[in-house]
Amino acid sequence: MKELKILAVIVVFTGITYWGVEPLAHSIFHPHVAPADFKFADLDRFEAEGTVANGKSQVEMNCIACHGIESEGIVAPMDKQTANMSYGVVPPDLSLAGAIYDETFLAGFIKNPAKATKTEHKFTGGKMHPMPGYDWMSNEDIASIIAYLKEVSTKKLEKEALELKAEMNSTQDSTEQEAIKKAAEKAHRKEVFENACGRCHDMKYAKIEATSDVSNYMGSTPPDLSMMIIARGEKYLTTFINDPQKHLHGTAMPRVGLNENAQKAVIKYMEETGDSKKEEREALAPWVLGFLGIMVILSFLWKKEVWSEVK
Amino acid sequence: MADKSRRAFMGKVLGATAGVGAVASLYAMKRTWDPLPSVISAGFTTVDLSPLEAGKLSVIKWRGKPVFLLKHTSDITTDEARDIVIGEDRYTVVIGLCTHLGCIPEWRENDKIFHCACHGGQYDPHARQTFGPPPRPLDIPPFSISGKTITLGDEGPEYKKMLTMA
Amino acid sequence: MAHFPKAHGVGEWLDHRLNITALKKVMMTEYWIPKDINFLWAMGMILAFTFKILLISGIFLLMYYKPDVNAAFDSVNYTIMQEVGYGWLFRHIHAVGASVIFLVIYIHMFTGIYYGSYKKGREMIWLSGMLLLILFSAEAFSGYMLPWGQMSYWAAYVITNIFGGIPLIGDELVVWIRGNFYVADATLTRFFMLHVLLVPLAIMGGIAFHFYTLRIPHVNNQTGEDIDFGKEAEKYKENPKRSKIIPFWPVFMAKDVFVLSVFLLFFFYLVFYNYGFAMDPVNFDPANGLKTPAHIYPEWYFLWSYEVLRGFFFDIGPLKAADIGLLAFGFAQAILLFMPWLDRSPTVAPANQRPYFRYWFWIMIVVLIVLTIYGKLPPTGTNAWIGFASSIAFIVMFAILPVITEKEARTVAGGKK
Repeated sequence: MKELKILAVIVVFTGITYWGVEPLAHSIFHPHVAPADFKFADLDRFEAEGTVANGKSQVEMNCIACHGIESEGIVAPMDKQTANMSYGVVPPDLSLAGAIYDETFLAGFIKNPAKATKTEHKFTGGKMHPMPGYDWMSNEDIASIIAYLKEVSTKKLEKEALELKAEMNSTQDSTEQEAIKKAAEKAHRKEVFENACGRCHDMKYAKIEATSDVSNYMGSTPPDLSMMIIARGEKYLTTFINDPQKHLHGTAMPRVGLNENAQKAVIKYMEETGDSKKEEREALAPWVLGFLGIMVILSFLWKKEVWSEVK
Repeated sequence: MADKSRRAFMGKVLGATAGVGAVASLYAMKRTWDPLPSVISAGFTTVDLSPLEAGKLSVIKWRGKPVFLLKHTSDITTDEARDIVIGEDRYTVVIGLCTHLGCIPEWRENDKIFHCACHGGQYDPHARQTFGPPPRPLDIPPFSISGKTITLGDEGPEYKKMLTMA
Repeated sequence: MAHFPKAHGVGEWLDHRLNITALKKVMMTEYWIPKDINFLWAMGMILAFTFKILLISGIFLLMYYKPDVNAAFDSVNYTIMQEVGYGWLFRHIHAVGASVIFLVIYIHMFTGIYYGSYKKGREMIWLSGMLLLILFSAEAFSGYMLPWGQMSYWAAYVITNIFGGIPLIGDELVVWIRGNFYVADATLTRFFMLHVLLVPLAIMGGIAFHFYTLRIPHVNNQTGEDIDFGKEAEKYKENPKRSKIIPFWPVFMAKDVFVLSVFLLFFFYLVFYNYGFAMDPVNFDPANGLKTPAHIYPEWYFLWSYEVLRGFFFDIGPLKAADIGLLAFGFAQAILLFMPWLDRSPTVAPANQRPYFRYWFWIMIVVLIVLTIYGKLPPTGTNAWIGFASSIAFIVMFAILPVITEKEARTVAGGKK
């Protein structure tokens, strides 16, 4: 009993110290922020009906002078290098835009990109956001553009789903099928990541290189994202990607307006890159701990046996 | 007797000589940790100040630290103890590490202050602390002036004069 | 040459040449330990074992680690963590081991203080132990630099900067230690050498020496009783149950192995599920000399002395805050060495049976925990004052230790009359 009392004293003092230097300290370093807002409530909402057909012609008139839509066979007018040099950033391909960005955000972004991305503080003194604002456009036209972009993305994703099914049917082996499916899902996450983050950020460990060099117009080089999942953690990333200003007031990082699913895919992809052994770790843990549990029991019995001679 | 003292003496001479050898090898070991010649020569950075735009901060790297170069606009007061004067122009040249805990302050052009985001310290355009925890102005690196260029790391007469005024 | 008769079997053959039987007796079966002990007496073996774990995991990390400012971060975080088979496991073990070993060192140290195991005759045990604490601190600090993350860099920057406070030679000393005007490649490579060769060698020597210091004064026991080991050894041979002592092997080790197993269960729980405390997230940002992390703090086991260093945040008369802090820091590092002489009471007994020392002991623990916690928190507002007060308290506690123990010695002697 005396030994348990000593143990209790040690556990209490160690516990207090641990609480102080870990949970307490971290709660002070990273003050609590409001949870991620996937409604983008600060942006104007509007009720307007749009049509895909009108959207298509609006996009052809207004967007494809800079943007490509690869899945529709629309090639970007400039190659990436030239685009980077002319605009300071490569205009994104819009094939997936309708699936990964939130509607309200897209509408707000088309009207006023700096405001929607919360980077107005970076565009003062005559500096302009590389994408012009379309605040003169009618709500109906903007709604149509979004409807069209959604249609484009849906088509692309449906096509990919069909291709996946065909590929899976090419084999009878269920583990192989599972592997094909997993690979396709990961490829999708990678594509979302490249769309959402990969124009500005490198991710060395996934061999992703930023397509744009935004250091000139953003004022700093965006960090490599390889280890961010460990450096910041899932919780921080969830609120940070949703609204960078919440954690880093004044940062050049724009709010990118991902919807909840797309953001989850991005974070999962970061985990697959920076913490690629997570599954292996979690699978191994019970074996090691179980083994040591047995060792505890055996060594206790041995101790009792040996000490019965002296006590 | 004579033999014994002779032996003790020989022993002492031997010990002392070995000691000299040990000290000499210690010196050789100490020298291996000295900064290499290439490191020392990289410790001097020459910058041309003439192309700087007044009121805009430029940052260069010197000995692994950021150095702020700021050409003064006409509305900035003069401060003989801290301004580097070249011809008509006055400059602030300081190591851009907050003297509180070493964060890198940012230059707010509109307010004409250096602001440190870590603990809210502020400095005027001469990099003298005006608010918050910083205990002293931003440090001025050793420099020498030649024409319109300055060499960081080299202690010129202007720098030595500044030290006496501080 | 000695005469070597024909041996029957390998054991005898070796015995003729190496005298195994006698060695076994001296080191194991007739190396006597008091019987009246608790699990705190197993901390030494746990430390030896944890050091072994660190050594072995370190060897495997060493095969892929690259000491170069451009390659170090990726060699750790990509090659070892994502590519090498079980590389992540060895890194987790190494990182958690480095942190947990300090917890056990502190428990081991305070066990010694609590039971008065540094008193007359046992001073060398204490001193060699403190030498090991210093060596382990050097080992931890040099190792922390190697992953070349933001915390590696800035901890190296702040700690090497401390030497700049030494009068006259300070500035040049800092440049000499770093091998550059700032923390750079030369700094990394020399600390790599220290971490993988010189300091571990010294630690191994230190451990051997520490074990040897136990030999003559013998291990203390739960009551501080002065045991006649010669007499008790005779008794043990007649009837083990009547003796106050046990042999190192197998009796003492049987208990140690059980405590060690429990410890390893806890240790591997941390390795798999709760390693963040030993692998600071900030250190997964690559080192950047132009961007300071928002908060700079050392690993938890250095926090108490770090807090003493920065606890003095205002000038007193002609003394600058930084200089007072440095003096206090130097004091904190050195004072523990003098424990056997600061405690003026000759009584070897558990702290709780000593009229004044009992308060000193528990207050000291609280002061150290407060210093540790506030050493991590940002030193602003009230935190700065709590840090200041606890730094003062730490110094005052050691200043009054000789006084109260002197008084205690007189009271106890008086009581006996």
